[in-house]
Parts: sequence; structure tokens; C-alpha cells
Amino acid sequence: MKTWSIHIGCILLLICLSCSNENPNEYTPTPSPLQIPQFFEDNILNPVIPNSNPQTVEGVALGKKLFFDPILSGDNSQSCADCHAPENAFSDTDKFSDGIDGLPGKRNTMPLFNLAWNYDEKFFWDGRVFSLEHQAFQPVIDPIEMHSTWEQVVQKLQQEAEYPNLFDQAFGASKIDSTMVTKAIAQFERTLISSNSKFDKYLLGETTLTPEELNGFNVFMDETRGDCFHCHGSDKNPLWTDNIFHNNGLDAAITDLGLGKATGDPADNGKFKSPSLRNLAFTAPYMHDGRFATLEAVIEHYSEGLQNSPTIDPLMKKVAQGGVQLSTKDKADLKAFLLTLSDHEFINNPDFKN
Amino acid sequence: MKNILLIAISSLLMACHTDNDDNISQVNATFNFIHYWDDTKVTNADFNTIQYTNAKGDELSIEKLRYLISKITFQKSNGETFVLDGYNLVDVTNGTNLSFAPTTTIPTGDYSDVSFTFGFNNEDNYNANYQDLNSSSWSVPEMLGGGYHYMQLEGKFIDNTATETGYAYHAIRAVDNSGAVPVFENTFFSVNLGAVSITKNATFEIRMNIAEWFKNPNTWDLNVLNNMLMPNFDAQILMFENGQHVFSLESVTQ
Repeated sequence: MKTWSIHIGCILLLICLSCSNENPNEYTPTPSPLQIPQFFEDNILNPVIPNSNPQTVEGVALGKKLFFDPILSGDNSQSCADCHAPENAFSDTDKFSDGIDGLPGKRNTMPLFNLAWNYDEKFFWDGRVFSLEHQAFQPVIDPIEMHSTWEQVVQKLQQEAEYPNLFDQAFGASKIDSTMVTKAIAQFERTLISSNSKFDKYLLGETTLTPEELNGFNVFMDETRGDCFHCHGSDKNPLWTDNIFHNNGLDAAITDLGLGKATGDPADNGKFKSPSLRNLAFTAPYMHDGRFATLEAVIEHYSEGLQNSPTIDPLMKKVAQGGVQLSTKDKADLKAFLLTLSDHEFINNPDFKN
Repeated sequence: MKNILLIAISSLLMACHTDNDDNISQVNATFNFIHYWDDTKVTNADFNTIQYTNAKGDELSIEKLRYLISKITFQKSNGETFVLDGYNLVDVTNGTNLSFAPTTTIPTGDYSDVSFTFGFNNEDNYNANYQDLNSSSWSVPEMLGGGYHYMQLEGKFIDNTATETGYAYHAIRAVDNSGAVPVFENTFFSVNLGAVSITKNATFEIRMNIAEWFKNPNTWDLNVLNNMLMPNFDAQILMFENGQHVFSLESVTQ
């Protein structure tokens, strides 16, 4: 019996030793799960958080610092936030944003919110990049955006006083690399959750809509009038986008191939991601090329301005007549409804500002 | 000490023993969904090209095809039924959910009928909120009664003016909301696959003949019915009637 006891004691000791492989000096970042709005949780699938990049307090803080720091650009003049301004729901009021050399981009800057619910993880207007982490690699090295190299960025960050320690705290390594930079930025971007619009509060029973706003919602949901819901979500899908790519009848001749360039499939030519209709009050101009300065112009496009082309979405109806031919009242009410999807608390959230 | 070991080993052996009364065992059923235009196989690689001709003679393409099936049911001749949990949104466009393997098992034996529901019955349609279906923009507006789509079939056809025109053949529960009170008619339906003898894990291959949506008993005229069909009560009834001939059992392998 004594021998048995010794054997059992040895086994327990080995088990204990095998479990204590943590370096006591190593910093462990603090988990910081996303605060998922209850009605998101009730209605749609959980957000996408890669196992390789869990949300942490230190990672999010580092990502925020990087997002607002011009150190990521070639001449230290431009941060992510210069084109993705918080007051514009992290978009730009310019049709095309200028890069550090004053050269304009080719697409309108996309707003940033609720990105963790992009289930297919295809980012950019043309879906050319998979995952938020990979998306963040692109603007830094784009010659007409931040026009830098990752070697330069990493070198500058490494030589900066604070960053090595911040990376150590976030990722357990003070030797910085580009993967850690993009992971941190992605963590911050995932915290950009917009869920406090007037319409959100209406759905929660906390406010009422005007008759015009209610009629606008009906126009939105009515297949014989706006029929917006097939691509832009509904009261059951608070993202207000399907995150899928469509040709919405902007041009008869396609010059920007959009998704078609990314996939190489001509059937995808002229298709761009449906943008969320949240925060439209802050995100003008509209469309992938920022061609419409106002919401009136957008509604006019779907009502009377559709252009036929081989890849136009079948849901674009009455194309021969230019669109769904909304009445003047329905157009005005639709706009009123769309504006109820704007979230003033989001753009004023101090957690999202520098 | 030996006695303790003996008891422990005996307990482990007993725990590993499974009942096998009367040679009935629990098995899994997997359902694969394949798609044809009459005798021509259709996959998403065939989408986006006008290459099919419907019963009326209109040439058309398919750009999107998604549909919902639920309530897979195995029925014995004595009336006993086994309903498999879950539902499946078959997405031919993206090539996903073409195979559905419910976790519920069924006992081996002879079944007088195997069936599934196209769409949701009313209880499933209205009494639950499905996060995955909402995320897939599959819901139906409240003004049409709420619930969920049964099918979205979209594409282009050559219309009477020789113009490529979009169509959106969306199936939902039929509703006439032209009056003060909406009038509903059930348009989900049961697809009966016939008698099957199950001896082990089984894979059912379910065939959808897409051409049948336009063919029998109603010859579909896309020039008349191509869009805004969800609020069109009569169109939903026509879809329901044509849907009766759409599905068939291709094979069962065990």
C-alpha cells in the first residue's frame, strides 16, 4: 500500500509540473470579449472572432493607438483615422480620399462599424481581401494611400519609446511585426459596434417613429415599392446589409469591374458590396465611387435612374422604366426612415475617439 | 486491492456494452441535394448564362437558388414517426448546405414513407426566431405575415422584346393583404420520397428538377410573372402547385 501511495504521489507531482509551464514574468493580456448588443444576439449569428486573435484590453488599446497614429504612413502625415473619421462613422466626406502624396483613391472610403458580423469576411468594396486582419495590411503599403512599407513601419514602431512595451503587453512579444500590428488594429475595429440608432430604440420599445418614418420603413420592406430589404437587411437583421456583392444598375457600361476583378469571373463584373444603411447621415457621399452626394440622389437612382447591363442584379426591377417609380411622398418618407438608422451615440462614443 | 480492481474493470466493461435488442440499432441519415434542368445537371458553375428554356419557351439563366427544407420524417406502417431535428437552407449559389446530416438518429427498419417539408410549416415559420436565417436575409416582411422565405430562385430571361430581364421567383406562404384582414393560404408542402428499408447509415440523394417550377401543371409566363411575386397571392399558389412535381428521390445508399 505504501508503494502505491508513492506511485500516486509521483503521478500527481508530474501532473502538477506539466501544468505549470507558464513563465511567471510573462504578461498575460486581459480578455475583453465584445459587448454584443442583446438584440444582435437575439436576431443574428455571433460575430466572427478568429481564434488566433482574441479580443484583449491591451490589444484593443494598442489597436486604437495605431489607428490614430500617422506613424503608419510613409511620411508620418496620415493615420487610418484621417480617411476613416469617427465623426463620419469612420468614413470620409470626400468622394475619394487623398493619400499622403495628394493622390486621390479610386473608391469611396468605406465606413467602419459592425465589421465583426461580416460572416463571409470579404472586405473592401470588391471583396478582394479575406479577414479583417488581412484588410489592415493593404492601406499601409498602397502607393496612393499611406505609401509606406511594412519594413519601414515596423522599424519606426520598434524604435518608438512606447510601442515595444505595448506590443509586449498585447501579444507577449516586444519584437514587433506586421502581423501583430494588423491584429491589434482588427481588434480595435471589431469594437466599433453601432447599435443605438433611433430605429434600434424603436425596436426596443424605447421611442416611437413619426408616421413618415413608419411609411418609409414600409416602402423599404414592400416588394412592390422600395424592396430594399432583400439586400439591405430588415428589422430581423440589424446589420442593414447582406454583405454580399451586387450590380445595382449604376452604369450601362462597366468600367470598374469590382468583384469581377477580384474573382476573375465576368459574371461578377460591376458588383460591389451592399453597404450597411446604418449611419447614412454621416457617410455621404454614397456608392463605391461616391457619385451621389445626397440620399435624395440615391433614392432617385433606384426609382428612376437604373441602367441595364449584363450583370445587373435580378432584384433591380423595372429596369426598362428606370426603376421602381416611387411617389414623391414615398421618396421623402424613405429618406426619413433611412435617417432613423443613424447612430449619434456611435459617432460620439469617446472609446472610439483619439 | 484485487477485488477493487476486479469491480472497476467489470464496471468499465459493463459501461461499454450497448443494447442490441432484436438487432435494431440507431443510424444516421444524410440528405444530399442535387439539381437538374430536366435531364441536365445544374451546379453553380452553370449559373449566370442564359442556357435553359422553360415550358413556355422562354430562355433563361439562373443566378441564385436557395431553398429551405425542414421536418424530415420517417414514418412506419403502424403510424409511428421519427422526425429529425433541424432544417436546412440549401444554397446552390454558394455551393453550401448541399448535404444535410441531422444529428438525430433513427432506428433501422422498414419505413412506409420518408418525407420532408418544403419551407416551414406554420408552427416553425412563425413561432421561432432563427439567427442563422435572419443573418442570411431570409426573413419575410411583417406586412406579408412575417416568417421566412421558402425559396429564392433568381436569374434573367429573354423577354418578349428580346431584352434580358431579371426575374425573382420567391416562394413564401401565400398572403392576400389587399383587404382589411390578410388572408393566408398554406404553400409549404410535404415531399414524399416513398418507402425505404433502413439497415445502416443511409444517404438519400434528393433531386430538384428546376424546370418543373415553370412547367406542371401551370406553364409559367415570365413575361407576366417575373418580379414582385411575394405579395402576389395567385403567383404563390401557382408556385405551390408546380412545386408538387419538383422533387424526387434519386437514390438511397447504405
